[in-house]
Amino acid sequence: MPTKADLAIAKQMPDEGGHFGDFGGRYVSETLMAALKQLEQTYEKLWRDPAFQAEFDRDLAHYVGRPSPLYHAERLSSELGGAQIYLKREDLNHTGAHKVNNTIGQALLAKHTGKPRVIAETGAGQHGVASATVAARLGLECKVYMGIEDVRRQALNVYRMKLLGAEVIPVESGTRTLKDAMNEAMRDWVTNVDNTFYIIGTAAGPHPYPKLVRDFQSIIGREARQQCLDQAGRLPDALVACVGGGSNAIGLFHPFIEDADVRMIGVEAGGYGVETGQHAAPLSAGHPGVLHGNRTYLMSDDAGQIIGTHSVSAGLDYPGVGPEHSYLKDLGRAEYVAINDDEALNAFRHLTQVEGIMPALESSHAVAHAMKMAPTMDKDQIIVVNLSGRGDKDIHTVAEIDGINV
Amino acid sequence: MSRINECFKQLESQGRKALIPYVTAGDPDPKVTVPLMHALVDSGADILELGIPFSDPMADGPTIQLACERALLHGTRLLDVLDMVAEFRQKDSTTPVVLMGYLNPIEIMGYATFAEKASAAGVDGVLTVDLPPEEAGEFNVLMKQAGIDVIYLLAPTTEEDRIQQVCAAGSGYVYYVSVKGVTGSSELNVAEVAEKLDVIRKYTDMPVGVGFGIRDDNSARAVSEVADGVIVGSVLVNKIAELAGSQDQIPEAVAAITASMRQAMDK
Repeated sequence: MPTKADLAIAKQMPDEGGHFGDFGGRYVSETLMAALKQLEQTYEKLWRDPAFQAEFDRDLAHYVGRPSPLYHAERLSSELGGAQIYLKREDLNHTGAHKVNNTIGQALLAKHTGKPRVIAETGAGQHGVASATVAARLGLECKVYMGIEDVRRQALNVYRMKLLGAEVIPVESGTRTLKDAMNEAMRDWVTNVDNTFYIIGTAAGPHPYPKLVRDFQSIIGREARQQCLDQAGRLPDALVACVGGGSNAIGLFHPFIEDADVRMIGVEAGGYGVETGQHAAPLSAGHPGVLHGNRTYLMSDDAGQIIGTHSVSAGLDYPGVGPEHSYLKDLGRAEYVAINDDEALNAFRHLTQVEGIMPALESSHAVAHAMKMAPTMDKDQIIVVNLSGRGDKDIHTVAEIDGINV
Repeated sequence: MSRINECFKQLESQGRKALIPYVTAGDPDPKVTVPLMHALVDSGADILELGIPFSDPMADGPTIQLACERALLHGTRLLDVLDMVAEFRQKDSTTPVVLMGYLNPIEIMGYATFAEKASAAGVDGVLTVDLPPEEAGEFNVLMKQAGIDVIYLLAPTTEEDRIQQVCAAGSGYVYYVSVKGVTGSSELNVAEVAEKLDVIRKYTDMPVGVGFGIRDDNSARAVSEVADGVIVGSVLVNKIAELAGSQDQIPEAVAAITASMRQAMDK
């Protein structure tokens, strides 16, 4: 168990070089170093600037629709017969997921650095949509890289991005999913670094991205903490969030780091089962390595090649994870578990049926784990689940599994 | 003196510039690599850059991505690459060999193990694209102890204070990336390169090799007039890809390209 002093240090991470203990850092080719330093300086200056904060808060309130509600899922809780489950409703944000908190922030940074062009990578398409949305609003040219496998399974979001004026570039290299989209976005950035702002969608990548994405997403945890105090009169016993790259989870967790009694549980994609090797759970079954600009837990083979991942949810289908999660795992402050495809699908259907809330397949992993935990806990205990996105984009996938053509 | 220093010193005394071809180890088949390395040396190459195949080569364009994929189809691992260098060394004890790649395969092997095995195999230098000096403290120490030069990149975007810092961390030679972009991308502008090399030389006595965008005799010759070394990769790898179906022809065909560049550079 980490001590109080450990947690105080953890709250202040990363260090100046972007390290979270042994993780994080800036592992990129030389061409990008200057751009990352410029971004870091811009960010550090603006994040402390009250005028920037006011602009960010105003956008979150009037454009995104914050604060998002903390909803007591009473029917689900009473049916499970244990802890009370509260859902942090990030699905109710404009564009339907937590991703927009970050793209609003990064778009403001792009505006302040004067770059006319933004690029993004996307898995499920939620970050792509959120990037295309802020680009449309600010009149920026926007290119979104997306693995061709994800283009197929997230057709609705692809069309949404096109309607928003973004160009979606299908990526055919490698495993044709999120990691390959990120490779391709990095290649674009190296080539167009003078006029391009790269909006990374998760709390991973080279410093300062893991830090700034966390800071922009921490609104989730700050609100949830206060809402729980207001509604239940106390802090929750556990936080549960899905982890692909881990931006929604770190956004929920970070404001609670020093609340040592609040358990933090990240739920990775178990795919067909961690034991099958067909999963996307680097914290559960990987080891430290270096990919996409940071040292973190990764899925790579014994020769250091990145392994193909599998998850029913495109947004979790990634072989790495944000470095702060790797740090919190090794510190013993957060726990990481895996939920398989079928359990997530079951949670997707169940929450839809008993609460009338259709979660994204990514968020369904968190719901599934909360459904496992709740019956083992007392009725006066509280679990806050980050409902990071809505499930409309996944109807096609679920219908396909049901053998129905929509 | 390291083989790399020796090589540049000798070239300088002859008034020549280094020709440094890059090929990906194991592309299109592990059997091709060592004969290809010898053929490149026979054609006039001074230093060989041997790519370590990686599943996610983020700084490379499609040509080298596909080369990595072909090599990985045969399961070419870092250990196999080291074996190839050892085999090459049986017949060639003078030509420097630099391994070029991404950090994760080395990270997974362990820096100390890699340093020991690479040194034993006869590797002279290592260039890890995604390991800037800021993250390379322990790596640098271990490579230095093993007598392996750590070669760093400089880019058009590298500012002056950083040029100094990067040059101080590296040894052997400096690799100047001539264009903003991935390997095999746009044309280089020799005048701009020359200007940047003047700045770089204010901070280091190390030889400077220039890579990215050199695709024919003319660009090789033009770069050789301003740089100490000419690094050529994608055009060779494209030829390898073209002949992937008739592997016996690869060493000769690829060496024909470097032979012609050599001639153009020595004119």
